[in-house]
Amino acid sequence: MSNVHDEMWENLNLDLDAHSGLLQVLGKFYGDIYVSQQGRLKGMEYLDFVLSEVHGLRIKELQDAKAAGKKVVGTFCVFVPEEIVLAAGGIQVGLCAGAEIGKDEAEKVLPRSTCALIKSFVGFKLSRLCPYIESCDLIVGETTCDGKKKAYEIFSDYAPVYVMEIPQMKNGCDRDLWKSEVMRFKSQVEEITGNKITAADLSGAIKLVNDRRRVLQRLNRLRAAVPTPISGRDVLLINQISFYDDPVRFTSKISELCDELEERIKSGEGIVPEGTTRLMLSGCPMAVPNWKLPYIIESSGAVIVGEESCIGTRNTRDLVQETGKTVEDMLDAIVDRYMRIDCACFTPNTERMENIVAMARELQVKGVIHYGLSFCQPYSIEAFKVEKALSGAGIPMLAIETDYGMEDMEQLKTRVEAFVEMTR
Amino acid sequence: MASGLDEETVAGIDIGSRSIELVLLNADGVLRQVKSPTTFDPLGQCRKMMGVIDKSRVIATGYGRKLFAESFSGINVSTITEIQAYALGVGFLYPEAKTVLDIGGQDTKVISLAPKGKVVKFEMNDRCAAGTGKFLEFMALALQVPLESFGEFALRSDRRIKINSMCTVFAESEATSLMARGERPENIAMGLHSAIVSRTIAMLRRVGISFPLVFAGGVAHNPCVVRLFEEQLGQAVTVPENPDMVGAIGAALYARNGVARI
Repeated sequence: MSNVHDEMWENLNLDLDAHSGLLQVLGKFYGDIYVSQQGRLKGMEYLDFVLSEVHGLRIKELQDAKAAGKKVVGTFCVFVPEEIVLAAGGIQVGLCAGAEIGKDEAEKVLPRSTCALIKSFVGFKLSRLCPYIESCDLIVGETTCDGKKKAYEIFSDYAPVYVMEIPQMKNGCDRDLWKSEVMRFKSQVEEITGNKITAADLSGAIKLVNDRRRVLQRLNRLRAAVPTPISGRDVLLINQISFYDDPVRFTSKISELCDELEERIKSGEGIVPEGTTRLMLSGCPMAVPNWKLPYIIESSGAVIVGEESCIGTRNTRDLVQETGKTVEDMLDAIVDRYMRIDCACFTPNTERMENIVAMARELQVKGVIHYGLSFCQPYSIEAFKVEKALSGAGIPMLAIETDYGMEDMEQLKTRVEAFVEMTR
Repeated sequence: MASGLDEETVAGIDIGSRSIELVLLNADGVLRQVKSPTTFDPLGQCRKMMGVIDKSRVIATGYGRKLFAESFSGINVSTITEIQAYALGVGFLYPEAKTVLDIGGQDTKVISLAPKGKVVKFEMNDRCAAGTGKFLEFMALALQVPLESFGEFALRSDRRIKINSMCTVFAESEATSLMARGERPENIAMGLHSAIVSRTIAMLRRVGISFPLVFAGGVAHNPCVVRLFEEQLGQAVTVPENPDMVGAIGAALYARNGVARI
């Protein structure tokens, strides 16, 4: 099937036939999981459109920007400070890695017992199916886990990879390490963009990224209303799209959607029948199009009202202080903000337990479903601590470990349904 | 036959991977219970079993519950999970029970119970059927022993050997190499039974083991598995008279009372 973007994709050296197949599967999957929902907000049409053009118009925008001399930086982790890329006039996109694509190719260069997310980004690259990876001037990896750390070494044979070292603890010396990594990253970004970051650039970028976090915070406050005014799937999608859409346009569109949500809340309208069980998700990130578990949960008599995840509150909870005047001050504020991320790569990471319990209480959920990607040691091991903390607060938790494959759908459904029955 | 069922009569049907159980319940208790193999045509089997009760309220459970609800849309059908069904069934048969263990054809579930069959915590095997009835079935086949007498066969062992693998494929090759070394098949069978029990006890420990512990599901028919649980747990476990009926009984109870009033 020919497409208006074929020429662009061909120039990006994509495998056109396989890519066309991918878009068809994605479209069908999206139709079943998203478009079929009843009573969605009108504002979701924007998200439908952005997703339908995920490999089309947004890539065209990136290509046009590149033609005008801008640089595109791809990332896989919320630790990469977008403020620095934006301040240098670059564009940052979060690379998705949420589909079981090119698994056979990936398993030629990686062990089988590697997490699905890592296999996915390597698979996308090797099977030439991701126009984002192909648009990137720099792909920033990070040392959040051993799997990613070692996979970037292999990935760097195929793509322009730069790796940031993420500290594993939160002592003074760890902050020093992180600050030096942020400075090294700044130099790298200045070098590839050819732009020296000024105080005015950085202050503008901090405000821009904070504004996007603020609108997502507002969305999270509103979606917590009873009755639930928006499905968890839709909120997850909004969070997913926040990683690659233009930040100014995204913030303004989601702000409109929040206005509509406020109206809906005022009228007391909910998206689900009364008595639907409120649950919270916690754990590993769910990248586009990994909607498997949210779909199962929301087809089992429950609604998701919070995502404690990198594609969720871990990415939006903390703002960068906006009071700095000099580049140095602002960089310090950035360093401090990112050091507050409660990723399971840290030890002992007690703040994550506190954040989860506080969030579950605030959202008045009946339970928490902890999602760990198979072979993700940091989150899978930490799930035991999360369960202990939640059980201390009288909140039940179900630990799920799965990947992007569909063969365990029925078993997962039974476990999720039983959990919903149990928490009623 | 039970034609002209009054409104008090409700049905629970448990459509498992190996067998289907149907229980009819009225105010006096269990009225009738039937069991059929699932075969390759579970719906056909259900239709045969359901013939007489098409006007009752029916609760379906087991892996075929959704298929059943969609296909019998003309009657009043709801579904509950096997976990809730087993919890309710055990709570009814043994009101004092604190833990439920259910090993079925392709799933193992352990449930920690509060009074009245309320689920406090549960664990279930994930996508792999290692350590379930299916595992025993394959291993019985490999040792050329009928499944029904596999437990007695294993109990005739004279030496305990350790089988390390729980994966059906790996365990079979482990068994084959033991046979090649001249090990008695009874001892190999015992090793395979022990492997299931050890794995399940690890799962039980995650929800917490407290007694009375009720062992239900088809594998509870196997005397060697029961013996090994009692050995390793150091206490007697309770096996219902019809251990595979418990899910269907639980479903029927839910049909009668909902969860709250049992």
